[in-house]
Amino acid sequence: MSVVVRTIARILVPVALLFGGYVILHGHLTPGGGFQGGAVAASAVALLLVAFGTSAVKGLKSPFAVLEDLGGVAFVVLGFLGIGYTFFFNVLAGSGGLFGAPVAPGPNPGFLNTGGTLPLMNWAVGFKVIGGLGAVVVLFALFGGGDDR
Amino acid sequence: MNLALHAPILAIAVPLLGGFALPLWAKFGRPLRDLWLLLVSAATASLVGLVAFQVYTGGIQVYTLGAAWPTDTLAPGGFPIRIVLAVDALGALVGLIATLAALVGFAYAARYLAEEEGKTLALTLGTLLWAGMLGMAFTGDLFNLFVFFEVTSIAACGLIGYRTWTSRGPEAAFKTMVLYTVGGLFVLLAIALLYGEYGALNLAHLARLLRGSTVDRVTLALLLGGLLMKVGAVPVHMWAPDAYGEAPAQGVILLVANTQVSLYALFRILFTLYGGLADPGIGWLVVAMGTLTLLVASLMAVVQMDLGRLIAFGAVSQIGYMLLGVGVGLTVLASRPAYGLLALQGGIFHMLNDALAIGLLFLAVGAVEKAAGGRNLGALGGLGHDLKWTAAFFFLGALALAGIPPLNGFASKLMIYQGSFLLSPILSALAILASILLLAVFVRAFQGAFLGPRMLQPEPVPSSMLLAMGALALGVLVLGLFPDLVVRHVVAPAADALWTGREVYLRAVFGR
Repeated sequence: MSVVVRTIARILVPVALLFGGYVILHGHLTPGGGFQGGAVAASAVALLLVAFGTSAVKGLKSPFAVLEDLGGVAFVVLGFLGIGYTFFFNVLAGSGGLFGAPVAPGPNPGFLNTGGTLPLMNWAVGFKVIGGLGAVVVLFALFGGGDDR
Repeated sequence: MNLALHAPILAIAVPLLGGFALPLWAKFGRPLRDLWLLLVSAATASLVGLVAFQVYTGGIQVYTLGAAWPTDTLAPGGFPIRIVLAVDALGALVGLIATLAALVGFAYAARYLAEEEGKTLALTLGTLLWAGMLGMAFTGDLFNLFVFFEVTSIAACGLIGYRTWTSRGPEAAFKTMVLYTVGGLFVLLAIALLYGEYGALNLAHLARLLRGSTVDRVTLALLLGGLLMKVGAVPVHMWAPDAYGEAPAQGVILLVANTQVSLYALFRILFTLYGGLADPGIGWLVVAMGTLTLLVASLMAVVQMDLGRLIAFGAVSQIGYMLLGVGVGLTVLASRPAYGLLALQGGIFHMLNDALAIGLLFLAVGAVEKAAGGRNLGALGGLGHDLKWTAAFFFLGALALAGIPPLNGFASKLMIYQGSFLLSPILSALAILASILLLAVFVRAFQGAFLGPRMLQPEPVPSSMLLAMGALALGVLVLGLFPDLVVRHVVAPAADALWTGREVYLRAVFGR
C-alpha cells in the first residue's frame, strides 16, 4: 500500500490496540467487554495486513493460536476459583484486593477497581477473541492467493 | 469441595477446560496430548456417571452457578434469575448417551485419524462438542440451552469440514452451518419473545408463567422449528446426509449423539416448558413430522450408491421413530396414560438404541473407507473375506437398526409400534413399512460391500477401531437380550421425568 496508508496504519495500530484494551478493561462498567474489545484489538491485525501485506502478519499465526487457547483455559480456571462455594462464584468481589473494592451504593460514575473476577474474565475472553479473530485474519492472508502488495 | 454436589457443573467444565488446553499440550508432544485427553475423558465420564447415579437413586439434582451454595436457586428476594443446572433422569440418560459416543469416538479416533490431517484439532472439537452436549442435557435455563446449542453447532460444523482437502467436506459443513444457524436464530428469537413477555429465562419459572397466549404459540412454533432443524427431521434434513457422509467416522458418532441431545431439548420444551398447555394438536404435529421423516428417509436410502450416505439416510429415518414415539405419547398421555407412556418409553429407549446401532454402522463404514479406500457400493465388494470383524459388526448394526429380534432396535421399535397402533393403525403400518425398506437397503449394502468374490486387497483394520466397534456391538446385543431390565431401570424413570415428573422438576428448581 502507499506510504500514506502505511503512515496512518503505524499511528492507528497502537490506538486500536489501546482502545480495545480500554473496552475490555471497562467491560464491567460500560457497554462492551471482552468480546467487543477483543474484536476492536483484532482489527489492528487487519489494519497491519492491509497496510503492510502478508509478510507483516504471517509470523503471528502460532502466537495467536496459543493466545486463544490460553484465554479459554483462563476463563474456565477463573470459574474454578469459586468452586469452594459454587462454580463461577465471585470470590474476589469485595475482598479488597485487585478489582476487590466494595461497590458504592447508589448512582456513581463507576469505579474501575470493582467487579471481582468479572474483569479478569473479560480479559480472558478478550485474549481469546484477539487470538481467534487475529488467527482468522492471518489465515485469510496466508490462503488469500498471495497478493502481497 | 463436595464432589457429589458439584458433579453436574464439573461434568461440563472439565471437558471445556480439557478442550481448550488440548492444543497447548499438543505443542509439547503428542504423548502428552493423548495422556491429557485420556485423563479428561476418564474424569468427565466418571463425573457424568456420578451425576446419573445420583439422579437415578436420589432424584433431580440442581446446581446454581455463582451462588453461595449450589442449591440456592433463587436470588435474594426469591426471584429465579440465576443460572441453574437441573438434571433429571432424562437429562442424565442423554448425558450418558453423549458420553458413550464421545468415549467410543475417541477410542476409535486413536488409530483412525492421521496426525498430519490435523488430529489435534479434531480431538479438540470433539471434546468441546462433548462439553456442549452435556451442557444442553444438564441446563435448566433457556438461554444457556441456546448457548450450548451454538457450542455444539460450531464444534459439529468444524468436525464436518475436517477433510478440508476434499471439496465435499467444506461444502457439507457450510450447508450444515446455514441450517444450524437459522435454527439457532429461531431458538434465540423464541427466547427473546418469551423474555419480553415474562421477563424470565429459567425454564421451570417460565413453565409456571406460561398462559398460552398467541405469543406463546408463536414461540413454541419457533422453538419446534429451530430444534427440528438441528435434529434433522424431514423437511429440514438436507444437512444430515451430507454431514454424516463427509465427516470422519469418529465425528459422525458425536453428530448422532448431538441429534439425540437436540431431540432431548425438544422433548424438554414440549413436556416441561409447554406441558401445562398440553394440546393434542401439537402431539399430532410431532407424529406427522416423525412419520414423514421415517418414510421419506428410508425411501431416499433405497437409491443411494454411497455407503456413507446410505447409512446417513438410515440415521435420519431413526429420528422419525423417536419423534413418532414421543409424539404419540404427547397426544394420548392425557386420555390413555398406559399407551402414551409405552410410546414415550419406546421413543426414549430408541434414542439409546439408535446411538449404539447407528454409531456401530458409521464406525464400520469408516473402517471400510480406511481399509478399502472408498465407499462407493459400485466399486466395493468381497470385503468380508478380509475384514471379518468389520463385516460382522456392520451386519449386527444393520439388523439392529432394521428392528430384527433379538437385537436392541427391535425392543424399542416394538414399543413404538404398539403405542402408535392405538392412535392409528396406519401409523404403525407405515413405521413397519419403513423398517422393512431399511432392512432391504441394509441387506443390499451388506451384500454389495462385503459379499461376493474378493475384488480388492483391503488393509487390516487397527485393533483399537475394532475394540470401539466391539463395545457398541456388545451394547446392541445386551440391550436387545435384556430390554426389560433396561426399560424398567433406565428408560421408565426418564419417561416419567417428562410426564409425571414435570411438577417434581419445577419444585426441585424452586425448592418448594
